[in-house]
Amino acid sequence: MVDPIPLTAEPALAIRDLRVSYGANPVLDGVTASLARGAMTAIIGPNGAGKSTLLKAALGLIPTTGGTALAFGKPVAQALPRIAYVPQRAAVDWDFPARALDVVLMGMYRRTGLLSRIGKAETAAAMDCLSRLGMADFATRQIGALSGGQQQRVFLARALAQGAELYLLDEPFAGVDAATEAAIVTLLKALRDEGRSIIAVHHDLSTVSAYFDRVLLLNRRTIAEGPVASTFRQEAVARTYGNQIATAIPA
Amino acid sequence: MLSALLLQSGYNATLVAIGAALLGFAAGMVGTFVNLRRRALVSDAMAHATLPGIGLGFLAMVALGGEGRALPGLLAGAALTAALGLWAVQALTRTRLTEDAAIGAVLSTFYGAGIVILTVIQTLGAGKPAGLETVLLGSTAGMLEMDAITLAIGGALVLAVLAVLRRALVMTAFDPGHAAMMGIGTRAMDTALMLLTLAVVLLGLRVVGLILIVALLVIPAAAARLWSDRAGVVAIIAGVIGAAAGHIGAALSATVPDLPTGPVIVLLCFAAFALSLILSPKRGLLRRLTHAG
Repeated sequence: MVDPIPLTAEPALAIRDLRVSYGANPVLDGVTASLARGAMTAIIGPNGAGKSTLLKAALGLIPTTGGTALAFGKPVAQALPRIAYVPQRAAVDWDFPARALDVVLMGMYRRTGLLSRIGKAETAAAMDCLSRLGMADFATRQIGALSGGQQQRVFLARALAQGAELYLLDEPFAGVDAATEAAIVTLLKALRDEGRSIIAVHHDLSTVSAYFDRVLLLNRRTIAEGPVASTFRQEAVARTYGNQIATAIPA
Repeated sequence: MLSALLLQSGYNATLVAIGAALLGFAAGMVGTFVNLRRRALVSDAMAHATLPGIGLGFLAMVALGGEGRALPGLLAGAALTAALGLWAVQALTRTRLTEDAAIGAVLSTFYGAGIVILTVIQTLGAGKPAGLETVLLGSTAGMLEMDAITLAIGGALVLAVLAVLRRALVMTAFDPGHAAMMGIGTRAMDTALMLLTLAVVLLGLRVVGLILIVALLVIPAAAARLWSDRAGVVAIIAGVIGAAAGHIGAALSATVPDLPTGPVIVLLCFAAFALSLILSPKRGLLRRLTHAG
């Protein structure tokens, strides 16, 4: 369990005027957003809106041209031990000589450190994380021999092994089967109920209301941010996507 | 031949065989991480970039009144221009040039410069340049006890560093973003890997030579990958393959007159790779054939 959230709590992630350019093209044009603690927040926007870039830039994984990102009130670089990040599946080298268990153990590097060996305690803890995602039977499989959904679960297990308070996920439901999607949603909601904070780039507009508490509508800059019920509305979504695809959403 | 393999054909041949095995083990281990981080071609450029440094090291020592043959002086020069070559690749990659073009340009330019310097040295008539060209393809014929001890100490140092950094190196190769978030200095790890590779290149100058050392880094690691799905196990198997190739290659070249050591070792590495391709339990051709229907 994470400590109860005080009323004056800093947001899980506070982004101010964040700017990223690829060459001359601005990808993030001054994004400001305050993402709440203890909530599941979806980042929604069209292709090229800068959703993945926002996560990577906030974490300092790519260079920014301006702006700041604070996690729990501190510069992200100082808060990294409290943050877990799950990249897009396409960004991973699946031929790498690593088994599912090896990947999860990578999430425990801060605990095992440079010199100490991986002992029985670490292996047991990693197996626990795999079990929570129904992956214990696949622990010794090479990661490339897993299905897309299983691969996503392994990376979530790695995030779980970090024991983080803030989880950033880049399209966790892209290309996964229905069983995996359900398993991931259940796990994320359990983490939220423990007081942890979830921020996920999400593509499927039809599941936003069922899965998430809050939503950040993004298209190079923040269009809107707030609770799903009041923010995820046809007008705002249409503004985000720049067209009228939003027929499935309450007006 | 058999007596050379079994370390019974004289003191010098025994030294050579042990030294080559140690080099092969270190190269196979380091090469596994080089492959995982996709630095094979950069390593090749770095190896070729040692040549002008060897020539310049010779000239510097002659200018200071020596014969120009002292190994530490040659190695210092080699390390200097290898580092310069590595820097040149990185600087060129920051322009519009792709990495493979940058590597091609640096590798050939440095190697060309090295050949020019060696040619000038031959015509100069200063110092004692005889045998300097053996750094190209390796020759264990004139190897001394000192060389074998250098190989043993250098190889042990490389393996010790590798043992400490192995997890950080694997994590940097697998997912640099995640590694950075776990508190690993990924740039420092890349630098460390390049320094380890440079150490293997320098250790291998006498045995394999700078043209073919990349093969001893890459091929045992590629063969070992066919036998295991765990990075640590792959590294150890690669080390064993490299050691066997080094040992047998040195013994062969000691038996047949004028047979250069480097090419023989490389061909043995390839033989191990070909055998792995056929026999590997999960990916081998043999298994695919027998399980085809």
